Amino acid sequence: MTFINRVRQVVAAIAVPLLAAACGGGGEADVATIRFWAMGREGEVVEHLVPEFERRNPGIRVQVQQIPWSAAHEKLLTAFVGGATPDVSQLGNSWVPEFQALGALEPLDARASASASTPRADYFAGIWDTNVIDGRTYGLPWYVDTRVLFYRPDLLAAAGYPQPPKNWAEWMDAMRKLKARMGPSQFPILLPTNEWPQPVILGMQTGGTLLRDGGRWGDFSNPAFRRGFDFYVQLFREGLAPRVSASEISNRYQEFERGNIAMMITGPWEIGEFTTRVTGVPWATAPLPGPDGPGVSLAGGASLVLFRNSRNKDAAWRFIQYLSEPATQVRFYELTGDLPARRSSWRSPALAGNERAAAFRDQLDRVVPLPKVPEAEAIVNKVFEQGERAVRGQATVEQALAALDADVDRLLEKRRWMLDRREGGQ
Amino acid sequence: MTDTTTGTGEISIRAEAGIAAVAGSGRRRGGLRAPAERNPAAYWFLAPALVLIFIFFFLPVMAALGLSFTDFDIYAVGDPANTRWVGLRNYTQLLGTPLFWQALRNTFYFALVGGPLSIGVSLGAALLLNQKMVRFKGLFRTVYFAPFVTTLVAVAIVWRYMFHTRYGLLNYGLGAFGMGPVDWLGDPRWAMPAIILMTVWKSFGYNMLIFIAGLQAIPEELYEAARIDGASAWQRFRHVTLPGLAPTLVFVTVITMIGFFQLFVEPYVMTMGGPLRSTTSVVLLMYEEGFRWWRIGHAAAVAFVLFIVILIATLVQLALQKRWSDA
Repeated sequence: MTFINRVRQVVAAIAVPLLAAACGGGGEADVATIRFWAMGREGEVVEHLVPEFERRNPGIRVQVQQIPWSAAHEKLLTAFVGGATPDVSQLGNSWVPEFQALGALEPLDARASASASTPRADYFAGIWDTNVIDGRTYGLPWYVDTRVLFYRPDLLAAAGYPQPPKNWAEWMDAMRKLKARMGPSQFPILLPTNEWPQPVILGMQTGGTLLRDGGRWGDFSNPAFRRGFDFYVQLFREGLAPRVSASEISNRYQEFERGNIAMMITGPWEIGEFTTRVTGVPWATAPLPGPDGPGVSLAGGASLVLFRNSRNKDAAWRFIQYLSEPATQVRFYELTGDLPARRSSWRSPALAGNERAAAFRDQLDRVVPLPKVPEAEAIVNKVFEQGERAVRGQATVEQALAALDADVDRLLEKRRWMLDRREGGQ
Repeated sequence: MTDTTTGTGEISIRAEAGIAAVAGSGRRRGGLRAPAERNPAAYWFLAPALVLIFIFFFLPVMAALGLSFTDFDIYAVGDPANTRWVGLRNYTQLLGTPLFWQALRNTFYFALVGGPLSIGVSLGAALLLNQKMVRFKGLFRTVYFAPFVTTLVAVAIVWRYMFHTRYGLLNYGLGAFGMGPVDWLGDPRWAMPAIILMTVWKSFGYNMLIFIAGLQAIPEELYEAARIDGASAWQRFRHVTLPGLAPTLVFVTVITMIGFFQLFVEPYVMTMGGPLRSTTSVVLLMYEEGFRWWRIGHAAAVAFVLFIVILIATLVQLALQKRWSDA
């Protein structure tokens, strides 16, 4: 233990001055500098939003650092260990529980309720909820990401469905009718076997919660989750979905355009991709069908978080507020295509007029978060692993779900110990 | 330009083969006496290197060994008090995980099939290029060596297209012989052979150059004498080339097998360990445990198991080769 402490001290002692030197601490004492980390495409375009903020707040400068998504998690963790976290960062909302568990994040409840500019009621409830852990809010939703159905209206209409299916019975019927009109290497729906959101969403649509007892144990053999998982596996068994992983499909847009695939379940970033790549055939989006009527989808997206050891919390909070303003969110949407997290932003002409975004607007009223435990990402990755075994006939549905529970229980062993110790200590 | 690069490359390769030869022959001479016995000042010259090795290699390795007996993870990053000393539990748990055994099987499959194949292809190419009648040697050497210095990520993207079930060049070629399309990267039975194929293609050039250097070190007079004695081409290969190449072969085999046991980048960029975990190697498993899920204690245990496996494999090889060269 002492050794680890020593290492942390040494790392901090070396890293902090180095970083401070690298960032070139400005000589102007009255100007507060906020360090903001943003990932991927968001990191590239957020620079365009900064000048307006600095114009309105002459005493604050914003330093944006772009981080590629693939390195983001590791960089944030090493920054935390080295005591070099930024003031504000974009954080995938499934990472919020992990950084909360580390004690790296500042709760925002007091600030959020004191400010009139970020009313909680204006946010989509399911998305806001992803940031709430044990009753406290640790992030403000920045943009949202949920999954809907992308489909070929012409192919569905030819199969007897001029309107997209609304529930599982219609969905299954539409897929069977599509398959009857297709060749042996053509499939009604693409569900890459190495992606977890599809089986997880279907299992949550039938009321599955993935974990039980406050995130102590896996709950996949539960009949509710099982019903959705059965549906997922059946799509492969009936030959309605090809048994392929995402890396085998070198160009899914081309396959879609050629009519080799008629539907996929995917997210808002595909609106831009489809617009530029699928030009020869019609395509549309629809909210996900559920077991008995419209179904739920995943509450994904990114949040803005304030780090606990920031020295400019008030200035940083003002920047978060600025990025959360409906007008800024609309501007951000125009720059990135990322969908805003606030209802009022959706009333702007840019979004209200976009019929392909409309399905997302509809879906956002029905989104549920992943279990809010630090292990969530490892857990959902186990779902596709066992799903793949069931899909490829290496295990029955019961066996796959039992193995999944065993895998997940093992992952949660440390969490159980932590929870028991915390409760024992109180 | 090409000439100079291959030229310098050959010099360093020859030097490496030379080191291998010295290491091989040193043993037979009964070992050299420690330099400090003759001159204590030698320690002062060695000191900077030893200090660096101690700080940047030995200490981290010992720290990792210590970590492998703890459950150091994301919770412990937040507060070191959340670390438990778990003794051998990481190891016992690992041995009870089917995924670990599968990763170990995959790694052995890759090393035992891919390693000898790669060495065989390298030796074949070296023998061909060492023939006197071959023209444009420099060109061929460069062409065969080129994949080795090409970025693996770029190579993997091209190969992914070549392996594509419907549009890939490989299946197109198989189709010309009337063979059905193979789902190279999608079928759990074919994914590892596909990775082996790509790795052999990518890596054989390096060993080939070492072999060429080794072949050129065999005196021409031996071949002449054998020819005068009436030895056939096979007999010349068996009794002149192979013994002459033995030190090089030992070096190449050991280095190649160690490299092949550390399979990581190829499945990482081509398949992410799938389909059905059929290409998950031990190192990939370690990476996922450590840097994806931050189960550092677990990952350290995986690393030490792999270390033991490689150590045993290397000792077995050296023992086999000693018997083979003594016989």
